[in-house]
Amino acid sequence: MTAAIEVEGLTKRFGELVALDRVDFAVPERSVFGLLGPNGAGKTTAIRILATVLRADEGRASILGRDVSTHPDAVRRVIGLAGQYAAVDANLTGRENLRLIGLLTQMDDAAISPRGSELLSRFDLTDAADRPARTYSGGMRRRLDIAAALMPRPPVLFLDEPTTGLDLQSRGELWGMIRELVADGTTVLLTTQYLEEADRLSDRIAVIDHGQMIVNDSPSALKAQLGSTVAELGFDDEMIAERAREALATRFPELDREATTLRLTTNDGARVLIDVLRTLDASSLAPASLAVHEPSLDDVFLKLTGRHAEPADAEPAAAAAPPPAGGRRRRRGAA
Amino acid sequence: MSADVETVAVRERPAPVRAVRDTFALMQRNLIAYRRVPQLLVFSTIQPVIFVVMFRYVFGEAITVPPPFTYVDFLMPGIFVQTVVFGAIATAIGLATDMKSGLMERFQSLPMARSAVLAGRTFADLARNVFVVLLMIAVGYLVGFRIHNGVLGLVAGIVVLLLFGYAMSWIFATVGLAVGDPETAQAAAFPLLAPLVFASSLFVPAEEMVGWLQPWANHQPVSVTAKAVRYFVLGDTDLGHLSDVWESLIWIVAILVVFVPFAVRRYRLAV
Repeated sequence: MTAAIEVEGLTKRFGELVALDRVDFAVPERSVFGLLGPNGAGKTTAIRILATVLRADEGRASILGRDVSTHPDAVRRVIGLAGQYAAVDANLTGRENLRLIGLLTQMDDAAISPRGSELLSRFDLTDAADRPARTYSGGMRRRLDIAAALMPRPPVLFLDEPTTGLDLQSRGELWGMIRELVADGTTVLLTTQYLEEADRLSDRIAVIDHGQMIVNDSPSALKAQLGSTVAELGFDDEMIAERAREALATRFPELDREATTLRLTTNDGARVLIDVLRTLDASSLAPASLAVHEPSLDDVFLKLTGRHAEPADAEPAAAAAPPPAGGRRRRRGAA
Repeated sequence: MSADVETVAVRERPAPVRAVRDTFALMQRNLIAYRRVPQLLVFSTIQPVIFVVMFRYVFGEAITVPPPFTYVDFLMPGIFVQTVVFGAIATAIGLATDMKSGLMERFQSLPMARSAVLAGRTFADLARNVFVVLLMIAVGYLVGFRIHNGVLGLVAGIVVLLLFGYAMSWIFATVGLAVGDPETAQAAAFPLLAPLVFASSLFVPAEEMVGWLQPWANHQPVSVTAKAVRYFVLGDTDLGHLSDVWESLIWIVAILVVFVPFAVRRYRLAV
């Protein structure tokens, strides 16, 4: 399989700050590549360079064999970009927005209107098609934004945090649409702050932190390394927590304590928990709280770097993104 | 690869054709905003109407104008110039809004003519000026303004006005792209415009100002454009000579020569 996107030694500095530091990766055609990292990790910078909006300082990148710095116009003919904020004109209707993008992507005049109607219906916007986009909800705007990116049927699609700020249902719908696009032959590069999203959609996940790629692996390999369940036991104070850690240390050497919380990553959640609680009970200790969830981006960072996933200041544009809500992870079991 | 992706319905067009089409598409898009949000247009016309009423009826009696003209004949060309000058702020606000909303970033990732974003914006604002100037001429008629130099003179005056408004749009395109935020663009505009609009011969003849201000008030771009328009609509009088037309055209060319490259440079750096 040939690579749709090839990136070698890509580096970008903003003054003192190194937003991207010698990043390499390749994305095969018809696959989804997930760039995972906290705010300011360099994800948006990478997408901006690949979409020819920003120039790299060093390194090279090409889309379907077209170099982004020497042949930007050729690259623009094969890509679609849906940025972080739904970049639609609020005063135009949904249909007019798609028409504008159709014109500006040099589509055949005759093809613009049918393609627009097709996308409006596919993204469930037909009823709202002739209303100004400023009357749309956040989810509708986001769908319109992605529809606009798809107007000329680009073989390569960039999605910058496509589901940030969307409710659960819209998020699920969008995931379905992305899978359909890939089934149709599109190559997708998406960025996300959610491990779950990268896991559900991507054929390969790269974790990026302070401009550096710290891992690039398949979701299954990443999860085998991370464990599929994270259990967190909270205690009333650090002394009790430390006594609990000591009681458990021989049987569970991978257990970590941070202040009053013990954290355990495992591939065998339920059984391990029973063991943990029995051991604690035998020492007459009981946790004040107990939470079980799938690993989050923060857990990935703790595991891979020993640090929490902390937002950097590299991408001020990304600062508006809300942090992942705890409830989202826990409710996932029902989805 | 499946058929869906291979059938990309795009067309290769020669560069000039693409530039014209893209500019037109964006100009149309910018003009739709005036139709959808009419308050944009209403508020930008109410202000000059208030100026007309205020100057015409409050200060009008105190300012003498050589006969056979009346103060309103002197005032209205000044109001027209003021209208297109303040209207140019819309160029800054429009571009800054596109930067903030992320649309500018999308445009930069599209296979469109690089010139079209700025050309589409400034041409849309030029089209809006045609409408606003005609409206203000009608308002002028209601308060006693009359053409003294024939219809051709009026048309020539309108052409100078529109050219000057177009040049001002490029100054404000630079401002809008530099600040990247519509509220800031609006706030930045007033201190730039105040010395041009108020230390001018738009509302009061420069001869009535303190001595040190007169050279500026007589030769700065807004004043000479008002005098050029007076020359065209009133004829060759002390209110405006042919030399003022030349001075105005020199200012227009100078502004474009300086600010078009500035704005284009800012556009390349934008996002």
